[in-house]
Amino acid sequence: MATEKVIEIEGLKKSFGDKTVLNGMSLFVNKGENLVILGKSGTGKSVTIKCIAGLLTQDEGSLKVFGEEVKNMNEEQLKALRNRIGFLFQSAALYDSMTVRENLAFPLKRVAHLKDKEQIEALCIEVLEAVGLEDAIDKMPADLSGGMRKRMGLARTLILKPEIILYDEPTTGLDTITSREISKLILDMQERYQTSAVIITHDMSCAKITADKVMVMNEGKCVAEGNYEELENSSDQFIQSFFK
Amino acid sequence: MPVQLPFNQTLIKVADQAYFLKSFFRNIFKKGFEWDEFFRQLYVIGYRSIGIVALTGFILGVVLTLQSIPSFKAFGAEGYIPGMVSVSVIREIGPVIIALICAGKIASSIGAELGSMSVTEQIDAMEVSGANPVQFLVVTRILACTIMIPLLTVFADGMALVGSYLANAASSGISLHLFFYKATNILDYGDLLPAFIKTIFFGFAIGFIGCFKGFSANGGTASVGTAANSAVVTASVWIIIIDAIIVQVGNSLLYS
Repeated sequence: MATEKVIEIEGLKKSFGDKTVLNGMSLFVNKGENLVILGKSGTGKSVTIKCIAGLLTQDEGSLKVFGEEVKNMNEEQLKALRNRIGFLFQSAALYDSMTVRENLAFPLKRVAHLKDKEQIEALCIEVLEAVGLEDAIDKMPADLSGGMRKRMGLARTLILKPEIILYDEPTTGLDTITSREISKLILDMQERYQTSAVIITHDMSCAKITADKVMVMNEGKCVAEGNYEELENSSDQFIQSFFK
Repeated sequence: MPVQLPFNQTLIKVADQAYFLKSFFRNIFKKGFEWDEFFRQLYVIGYRSIGIVALTGFILGVVLTLQSIPSFKAFGAEGYIPGMVSVSVIREIGPVIIALICAGKIASSIGAELGSMSVTEQIDAMEVSGANPVQFLVVTRILACTIMIPLLTVFADGMALVGSYLANAASSGISLHLFFYKATNILDYGDLLPAFIKTIFFGFAIGFIGCFKGFSANGGTASVGTAANSAVVTASVWIIIIDAIIVQVGNSLLYS
């Protein structure tokens, strides 16, 4: 049986003014697979996942999510797609005027259209337990540590039970122990909720723990692809530089 | 890459604002109006501005009266001071000064808040979760400004008359009843209606510019300050332009 591709990108190009960021990027992600993207800063990793989420539109090329071309989607179709995608931002992007509970309830009320307070509370507690933050439900984002903010961001991403999660540098700015905890949490979420994921990271420990497949980007396109061990043993000097 | 001429850049900015305006109107009547956030904004914009608006209005009335007394006294026309103050405050000075104060307090606050949300990707997070950031953040704030600025102006006008009465009473011993009789007797709908209508436009401009500048912030933390600053300056300029237009339109409708 052929494996279902949830994300397919072919020849993606994107420029900002006179700066070309994506220059023929291609990739695919199979259902239930974690794809880790490595690359120097400014090579277009974040732009790629923002295109997948429909936050940016490509200039050229094809980008299909669940078999549908994102560029051709109207507002309602894009909204429906986003209900199936979660995005963990580098900064976690918590709504800082709301408590943890309100942050979690926000998409439940507006996207899942839940009205029952007990049901909302139960779902909030379920995801907070999944990320080990059940005691923080009444805290404000400003009262959370860096690791707790990432966990909280992940909880908010998971609350709508997305089928694909896009992680933008999930361990950046965290200490080694917390980074490892977050990486294991990503793996745990994949197993528990059967999600597919695209993970952008510079943290090789995170890549080793979470990756089913690793891709290396340079100058706006993919230059190498394989599993972690294959790329770690690559003779290419550029690829080797990520693993040293 | 073609060079962007200043005229082209201006056109692009105008187009961006027109698109933002269209986005606002499209989202007003969409299902799922954010009532809780709307009432919170009414409280934030209205109730929390009462102090500064009351103080400004009161001092305005006192100063205008104290400045007028020597000139009016020279002509033996002190009895006209309540009417002069009420007409000038209600028709022109009150709405414009309060709108400028609110541009400084409210437009900057909205610009900084939304700018900060924009640079920390909170607005992107809302959008990518499938929620509607324009409906939640923009519609509620613009409507709250459009409702609260006129009410704050009416309140400030009242405080200006109180201030004027106290200054007048201290100078000439005029009674409260006589002061307010003279202050209100001179007013007609031609004074009240255009003044009230223009405060609605001022409120809309303050909310709209604050939200637009905040949403447009995209260059790190420095752009948050720029958004707040630009919101105040642009809203203030728009207040003066709207005032000039409405005075012209009002005069041509009422007095031609």
